[in-house]
Formats: sequence, C-alpha cells, structure tokens
Amino acid sequence: MWIKHSTSIIACVTLFFSVLGIEVSAESGRLKPVTPDYNLSFPVDFGAHDDFRIEWWYITGWLETEDKKPLGFQVTFFRYATEQNHDNPSRFAAKYLIIAHLALSDPAVGKLMHAEKSAREGFDLAYAKPGNTEVKLDDWTLVREENGRYQVDMQADDFGLQLSFTPTQMVMLQDQKGFSRKGPKPEQASYYYSEPQLSVSGKVFRHHKHVVVSGRAWLDHEWSTALLDSEADGWDWVGANLDDGSALIAFQIRRKGGGKVWSYAALRDGSGNMTFFEPDQIEFTPIRTWRSPQTDAIYPVAMRIRTGEFEWLLTPLLDAQELDSRQSTAEVYWEGAVTITKNNKPIGQGYLELTGYVKSLTL
Amino acid sequence: MNLTALYRWLLLGEWRAHWIRVMVALIAIAVGVAMAFSIHLINTAAFNEFAAASKSLSGQSDLQVHGRKALFDEALYPLLANYGGVALANPVLELDVAVPGKLQNRNDHKLKIIGIDTFRAIQIAPDLLGLPEEGKTLDRFASDTIFLSPAAMEWLRVKQDDSLQLHAGLEVITLRVAGGLVRARAGQRIAVMDIGAAQWRFQQLGVLSRVELKLQDGINHAAFKARLAEELGESYVVTEQLDHEKRIANMSRAYRVNLNMLALVALFTGTFLVFSTQALSVIRRRHQFALLRVLGVTRQQLLRQVALEGMILGILGSLSGLVLGYTVAELASQFLGGDLGSNFFPGVKPSIHFNPLIALLFLGIGIVVTLMGSIIPALEAARAKPASALRSGSEDTAMAKLSAPWFAIGCLAVAILFTQLPPVFELPVFGYLAISLLLIGGIALMPHFTAWFFSVFLTYMPKKHRNTLLILALARLANAPNQAAIALGGILASFSLMVAMAIMVTSFRISIDNWLGQVLPADLYVRIVTSGDQGGFEPVAQQAIVVLPGFTRIDFFRVQQLLWDPNRPEITLFARPVDRADPRNTLPMTDDMLAPGSIPDDVMPVWISEAIADLYGYRVGDKITLPIAATASEFLVAGVWRDYGRQFGAIQMLLSDYQKLTGDLRINTAAMWLKNDVTMEQAVDVLRQLPFGPALEITRASDLRALSLEIFDRSFAVTYLLEIIAVVIGLLGVAASFSAQTLARVKEFGMLRHIGVLRRQILALLAAEGGFLTSLGILLGFILGWGISLILVFIVNPQSFHWTMQLYLPWRWLFAIAVILFISAALTALLSGRSAVSNQVIRAVREDW
Repeated sequence: MWIKHSTSIIACVTLFFSVLGIEVSAESGRLKPVTPDYNLSFPVDFGAHDDFRIEWWYITGWLETEDKKPLGFQVTFFRYATEQNHDNPSRFAAKYLIIAHLALSDPAVGKLMHAEKSAREGFDLAYAKPGNTEVKLDDWTLVREENGRYQVDMQADDFGLQLSFTPTQMVMLQDQKGFSRKGPKPEQASYYYSEPQLSVSGKVFRHHKHVVVSGRAWLDHEWSTALLDSEADGWDWVGANLDDGSALIAFQIRRKGGGKVWSYAALRDGSGNMTFFEPDQIEFTPIRTWRSPQTDAIYPVAMRIRTGEFEWLLTPLLDAQELDSRQSTAEVYWEGAVTITKNNKPIGQGYLELTGYVKSLTL
Repeated sequence: MNLTALYRWLLLGEWRAHWIRVMVALIAIAVGVAMAFSIHLINTAAFNEFAAASKSLSGQSDLQVHGRKALFDEALYPLLANYGGVALANPVLELDVAVPGKLQNRNDHKLKIIGIDTFRAIQIAPDLLGLPEEGKTLDRFASDTIFLSPAAMEWLRVKQDDSLQLHAGLEVITLRVAGGLVRARAGQRIAVMDIGAAQWRFQQLGVLSRVELKLQDGINHAAFKARLAEELGESYVVTEQLDHEKRIANMSRAYRVNLNMLALVALFTGTFLVFSTQALSVIRRRHQFALLRVLGVTRQQLLRQVALEGMILGILGSLSGLVLGYTVAELASQFLGGDLGSNFFPGVKPSIHFNPLIALLFLGIGIVVTLMGSIIPALEAARAKPASALRSGSEDTAMAKLSAPWFAIGCLAVAILFTQLPPVFELPVFGYLAISLLLIGGIALMPHFTAWFFSVFLTYMPKKHRNTLLILALARLANAPNQAAIALGGILASFSLMVAMAIMVTSFRISIDNWLGQVLPADLYVRIVTSGDQGGFEPVAQQAIVVLPGFTRIDFFRVQQLLWDPNRPEITLFARPVDRADPRNTLPMTDDMLAPGSIPDDVMPVWISEAIADLYGYRVGDKITLPIAATASEFLVAGVWRDYGRQFGAIQMLLSDYQKLTGDLRINTAAMWLKNDVTMEQAVDVLRQLPFGPALEITRASDLRALSLEIFDRSFAVTYLLEIIAVVIGLLGVAASFSAQTLARVKEFGMLRHIGVLRRQILALLAAEGGFLTSLGILLGFILGWGISLILVFIVNPQSFHWTMQLYLPWRWLFAIAVILFISAALTALLSGRSAVSNQVIRAVREDW
C-alpha cells in the first residue's frame, strides 16, 4: 500500500521528489535511511517519525448503511519533510507539510467523491505528533486513543466522515518484521505495518444529512526516506479483509516498458500465521479495463492475482473510481473498493490502487 | 421644388461659402469632446487597473483583518483560523522592499513583496502562486527564493534562476528568482515569497500585515464582521473587499474629479465657440431667412433647417472628438503613465478600454451642446417678423434678447452665494458651480457692460484726441454691443480661465516652496533604504549616529502609517521631537493652535494636519484617542499644521511620548544639522563609514526640495496642457467671431467706401475695434479670472485636498499672455476684415436695398 502513499504525495505536493532516490537520501544528513536492523516498538511507532522524509497513515474500507447499501472510503494523512528552513526561526517556517486525502465511493452517485487539503505544520493548526497516532490538518483529524481505537473526523464541502475504528486483531508487520523492501536495492525500503480487520462504526455525511454506517477497514502506517527505483513505471496494490478473518496484501511495481521491478504478497490467517510469497510466485493479470472519460487512461479495474497456489479475482464496486487531482496538484490514479472472489465465491472486500497509468510516475 | 432639395441647397451653400468657419466650429467641438473623453478614459482605466491590481493581491476573501498599524502580532492568526464560522484564514505579510541600484529614483525604488503560505493562498488568491521550474515545487517553501511578476522581472532585469539583491534592514540579502507569477496583471510589479522566509529574511519575525478570511457557507457576513470586530477590539480593523475599494476610490477621488472638471471647462469653452459661430451665421442670414419666410417657408421648417445644421456639425465634430480623444488617451497613458505623471496610481500600467456606452454618452453630450448653441439663435431667427428682419441694421437687436442683464446679475449673485456653501461628499461641487456661474454671468453681462463702457469712454474722451476713425470704432462698440460681446466672450472665457489657473498654480507652487523650507530645516536627512514602516535604526545604530563628529544637532523621527478609519486611506504618524512650548519652531503651523506655552504638563499633545482637521472633524483643544499602543491612549490636539505632502492626513506627536507608550525604540529617519566648518561631502563620508553605511539613504535637504518641486511640476503638466488648449480654443473663437462679424458688416463697409473712406482706413477701423475690444476683454478677463482663482485657491483646493495656501499673482507671466492675446486678437480682426473690404463694394451696397 505504500504505493498509494507515494502516489498521493506526488499528487499532493506535486512531485518534489522527482529524484527521490538514493542520491537524495545520501545527501540528507538530517534524515535517516531505512535499515533492516530496526525493531518496531509500540506505541511509539504509532506516532510520527520526523527523521524520515515521508510518512503516511492510510485507512480504506467498506461500509454498509442501515438500509444495506455499500459504500467505500479512503482516508490518508501524509507528513512530508521539506528538508528546508531548519535554521529559520519563523513559526511559519515550512519544515514539515501535512497533506490529507478523503474519498468516498458510492454506487448510487456513480463516481468517486474526493477532497484534499494541505498545510505546513505549525500554530497547532496542522501537525503529526510523535508517540501515538495523532494527526491534524485544520478540522480534519486522525487520533489513536489509549485503548487502540482510532477516531477520524473529516468534513469536506459536500460530504464527510466521522468514524471510529476498533482493532480486532494484532498489528501486522509487513515483510521482514516491518522492514518492507520496495526494490532491488536494499535502501529502497520503508517501515511498514498494517492493522487489518478494523471494525468500523460511525456516520457518513452527504448533502447536509448523515447516515449511520458500519463496516470493516484496513489501516497502513508507513515511513521512509528513499522509495522508488528509477526504472519504476507505477504500481498495482491491493489490501483486503477476507470474511474468514484473514488479511491479504499484494503489490507489484511495474517496470517501464513492461515487466516488474519488485513485488510482494502476504496472507495472514485469523489466528495470526503469516504466509509470505516470493516475487516469482506473484502475478497480476488484467481481466477487464475501463477507460476514463476525463483522462483517457485505461485502468485494469478487474484483476486476477495469483500468489503461489491461490488465485484471487478483484471486481470493482464501481468503475469510475479515478482520483483526478490535476487541477490542484498534478497526479491521477485509480483507487477503488473491490470485492475479492476465490473459486467463484466472494470471500472478502478490499481496496485496489492503480498508479502510473496516465504517465510514468517520476517517483 | 421640394423642400429637401431646398434644405440641401441652403446647407451646402452656406458651408461652401464659409467652410473655414465651419471647420473652426468642428474643431472646437472635436477638441472639447476629445478633452473630456480622453481624460475620462485615462482616469477610468488607471483607477480600474489600480483597483483590480490591489484586488488581485487580496483575492476572493470575504473579510480582511488588519492592525491599526502596518504590522501586528502573528498570534492572531491561529485565533482567527479556529474562530467559529471561518472556513479559511490566509495570513499575509506584505513588505515594500528597497532594491539596490534603483535608489536614484526616490519615488520608485521599491518592490512589493507578498509573503504567503502557499497552501492557504491557493484557495483565496491563486493568482499569487509562483510557478517554479518543473520538479522544483519545494522552491515555493524555500527561504532563499522569490517569485517575480513579468513586470518586476523586466524592471529588475532578471530572469528565472538569476540572483536578486534586496535591502533588508541594514543588510543586503541575496535571493534566487525561482520563477514567475504568470497571472499577475500586466504592468503589476510584485514579488511573492514564502511567508516564513519573508519573516525571517526581512527581519519581521512574529508579525503579519493582514489575515484574509473566507467564511463558511451560510454565515451572515455583516453580523459576523460586527461580532469579530467587537471581539478583536480597538487595535484591529475588520474590513470587507467593498471597504477596500471604497478606500481606493476615496484616495483618488478628489484628483479624478478635479481633472474631469478641467475637461468640462474645455468642453464649455468649445460650446461657447459653437454658439458664437452659429449665432453669427444665423444673424448674417437674417435677410435670407426673412425672404424664405415671405416665400412661404414656415417657422418650424426654418427652425428645422438651423437645427439640422447644428446637428450635422455636432455629429461630425463629436465623432472626430471621440477618435481624437481615444488616440490622445492611448498616447498619454503610454508616455505619461496612467496617472498623467502625477504618481497618483503608482506601479500601474493601464490599458485604455473602449466602452461603447460611454462613447455614446460623450457623443450625446457633444451633440446636445452643439444643438444648444444653434437652437437659441435659430429660435430668434424663426420668431423674427419677416418685414423687420428684411430691413438692414436689425442684426444687433437680434442678439439683445439673449443678454438680459438680470440674468447675468443673477448668475453672479448666485455664484457669490455658492462660494459660502460647504463641500458635498467632500467634493467642492459648489465651488465649481460658482466658477461656471461666474463665467456665464460674466459673459452674459458683456453686451451691457460694453455699451456702457464705450459710451462713457466716448463721452469723456478729450476733444483733442478725437478723430473720425476712433469715433467710428467707439460708436460702433457703444451702440451695437451685442455682436461685439460675442467676440469679447471668447476672449473673456479663455483669458479668465488662463488667469485663474496661472494664479492658482503659482500660489500653490510658492506656498509649497515656502513650506518645504519650513519642513526641511536640517541639512541632511538619513534613513534606511528599506524604511517603510519597519523602523530601521535600532538603539545601537542610533547611538552610533549620535556620537558622530561634525553635527550640531540630530533629530530622530519614527514615521509610520496608521489605519485610523477603515473607510479612509491610512494616515501618517510622525513621532519626533517637537518644541512643546512653541511648535512653530518645528512645524509649519497655521494660526490655529493653542497659545504658546499653554499646554499642561500632564497631557500628551499632538499636532494634526489640516487634512485631519477637515476629514475627521477635530479642532484645537479636542481630546482624541489614537490606537498606537496595545491600549488606546488619549491626546490633546494642540494645533493644526499645514501639510502639502499627505492629502489623507498626518499627525505629529512627541517621540518621547511614543516611546513611552509603545516601547518601540526604533526610528526610521534622522535629520542632521552640520557644524559650520563641515562640508556636505565630509558629512556624507562620515555617515558612509558607519558599519551600516551602505544601507543608508542620505539626502540633502536642497535635493529633497528640488525633487518635490519637480514632482509638483510634473503633476501639473496636464494642467498646463489643458490651459494651452483653452487658449487655442479662445483664439479660435476670436478669429471666428471677428471674421463672422466683418462679413456680416459688408454693407456697412460698402457704405463707408462710397462716402470716401479708404480701404486702408476701414482696416484701421477694424484694428481699432479689435484692439479696444481685446483690451476690455483682457481687463475683464483678468478681473473674472482673479475671482475664479480666489475660488480655486480658497475653496476648491481646501475642500478637495484639505490644504490651504497663500495667494500669489504671477504678474510677469500674466502681462506676457495679455500682450500676446492683444496682438493676436487685433491681428485676427485685421486679417478677417481684409476679405470684407475687398472687391465687393458695389455689390455690397446694391444688396442692401
């Protein structure tokens, strides 16, 4: 899911890091590289990590209204270190930026509703605090309470969310105990944990009215200083809560001109046993495409994913889940609620992210 | 024969025979309309551009919060951002920063830098977002970058990636030009930086210029504004975009209205010329018209004929006036700038927009004015009984009705009454009305006055000086005054306006010169180039200056802008040492002040400029509160001083009081008096050797004075131009009316020739008539002009610009103009007479009977 973040970041902050590679991280004395020997420790690592260039908290999930109508949602908060102004005593000095995305998929509306906000950290109007998850951007907030429950409150002009997320399982450390590789080079990595199978309750606002909802969600928290290989073209990522309590994650980073740079997949069953798959065991196959009328990009919105002996079929809640933020920022990607089918039986719900389909990402 | 053909014949015949006069009338209308139209175009364009440019800086905010002083504590920003009902708070730090290398132009060496938080500004003023190089978005947040508008890049001669040096306090800092502001308005010279970077690099940590607010949907703006204003208290001002526009409009209104008035004067003179041309042409054709009447043409048809003539003249003249006016506006705004060189709208490059509706309006004005000039004589021609009109010598009576003496006297009386009335909406409306009534009344009185004056002259002229020609000339003027009066009117109108303007400008200029001597008593004035409101000299620097050798006295000034009333432009607050016992030793006081030495020791005195007294209504002895420190403090108005520098008002207070109240010990200007044995060069050298020497702007009082007068002259350049045009129109009028008259008197000259008068003598007669008439015109013009100048000096100026001045008469200049006018009028009379006495003697007499 880290992919998603990078995309949005790009989207939001408009590609500062065109050369966000080893060079940058090597030069930045202030920022730390991601290394395999670090052991994540909680609750400290729920909080922000100012020593790393980029960090995000990302929650996606499926909701159901009281009259059994399905909705998909996505909430993301980024923290980005500008690596500038550290000697500037001004309270306005832009040392860190906070960026947030909010999206709601409603089949009744037929397309994605989305909103975004950005601000510099400061004046207690926007911050990402260390120690525990506590992020604020004006009146948009994401807070992790002492008991582990997350509270999200975000209101855009014409829609909004007020949700609480209660963990039902333990934290899921990705890859090598939370050290998650993103490419062939060892420094192309992030620290990455997820909280799948969160139980959701709360309200969704639309047209100045609210509906009561409940559902299941998936949280990712990831931080890093160096990310993508220069050969990368974009990525496909999926994170899904399966009905039997297991959690599936898979992503591939596509190579420019075909093939892939890197891939990762893991399946954790309800009792906490992790199964990892080798890159050559992972295969993404498009089944059906959808052409965006706005951007003319062609997205493989229905996908077959093979991990080892398993085959998963992803079917979108609706086709039009493209997030077009070219007006304000630049990037376009597809971020949508999908149903997971195995052996022709629906076995769970998740989110699929497809990036780099309009033009190559310059991450 | 059908009537249309007849009309055409009459019209074309008349115009073919007198095409020069037709051309003169056309030119008069065209010039009048062109003046009015071009001034309107330039003013509107400059004002709109200025308003749009300043609006583009504040974006689409609903409300703005300012401090009373230029800068306020940033702690207000989070309060406003979290305030209920606020959807967005956009903090802004706006600085005018001096550019090294541009200092030689004292009025134009600053770059406006807007410090913004990109993420907030994007939602409220997206035009202010800099466009960095692709992939370098972070340049928007960097502390060494600046974004420049195209006009600023051109002015500073830099492009993307160049480095740019700017003054920051006592230092010079270097920034990198990271990109452009592509959506800045044409000619708008601005720069944008990150707000944190601007605070730091320009030493403004912790302060903001304003916070712009966007309110949530459904919030009542007025109620919100009132609640917020009350909660924030005296130190802050909450304004709407509308207030802002009002303030800009207020700022330039007096200037704009006065220019428009001058344009109307040109149009008025033009009207008078049209009137005289048409009137004389009708009078000359009385016989023709009477004949037509006898032949069966009705009054209405005759009237229509004359009106048609006027109409066609009006349309042609006004149309060419519009074209001319548009061209002049284009040229003037290109070469003189949108404010015609007066620096009223700095940094604005307006483009003239052709508005068809307005053009139509001016076309209409031109036509109506011409029609009025034609219809009045036409009415008379139509009303005349054909039998008496056919008879010779009836021309003069034709004009008599137009000049009833009670009308003229009524006009003059009302004019005098109007001079006593107060301004309307802070504009000298009645002053201008009084001027036009004086002109109208003066001109209308002319026939009677001419007749009376020349009969008296004729009666009391010593016998030995009498000769036939002289008597003939005087008798003509005394007994047929109406035609003479028309020619006289032209001279009168243009000369009196010229006199009035000359006296006004001279009085103003001399008053300013004297005033400059009083307000610039020191030898050197030193300030920090950034200055502005960000007071430059810290106490350490002040101490370094105080201990310098070579000076007998050093005064420190703290000068800053203060927003006292949100609807009005900012006033200027001076904190400086003032002789408390007798402020006349420091300030150019008016007589309106407390008796010297009578200020109680326990009050803080302030001295207000005339503009403050006028605009805010304070009087000597009043108590006023000024929002200077955190809590407003009370002051005693101890006197009124004269200020030609700041039209929106200025207040002087004691530096010691200011520092006690605010704790702000910085100052921005030092006035320095040299010791006798120290030369100016030595003093400047000493100052330059200070550690912060290079950042100092050192000005000699004499340079300041010369510069001020230069600015004065430049801002009156357009006035001089208008004056010349008025003179030309006046002379055209003289030429037109003399030639019309002499042509109308062909019969009279024929008679004279028959009884033995030589052609040469007739010409001498004409020259004498012209000379007498012009002398009288000049004399009366001078009196009338003097009267008008009194109104300009003592009513129009104080009411529109809030300053008073002394009256000074430019005798030499007036005398020169009088001589030129006299010679050109007599020559005109002579020249136009030549054709009348040529070879038409026999025919002229025959025609008579």
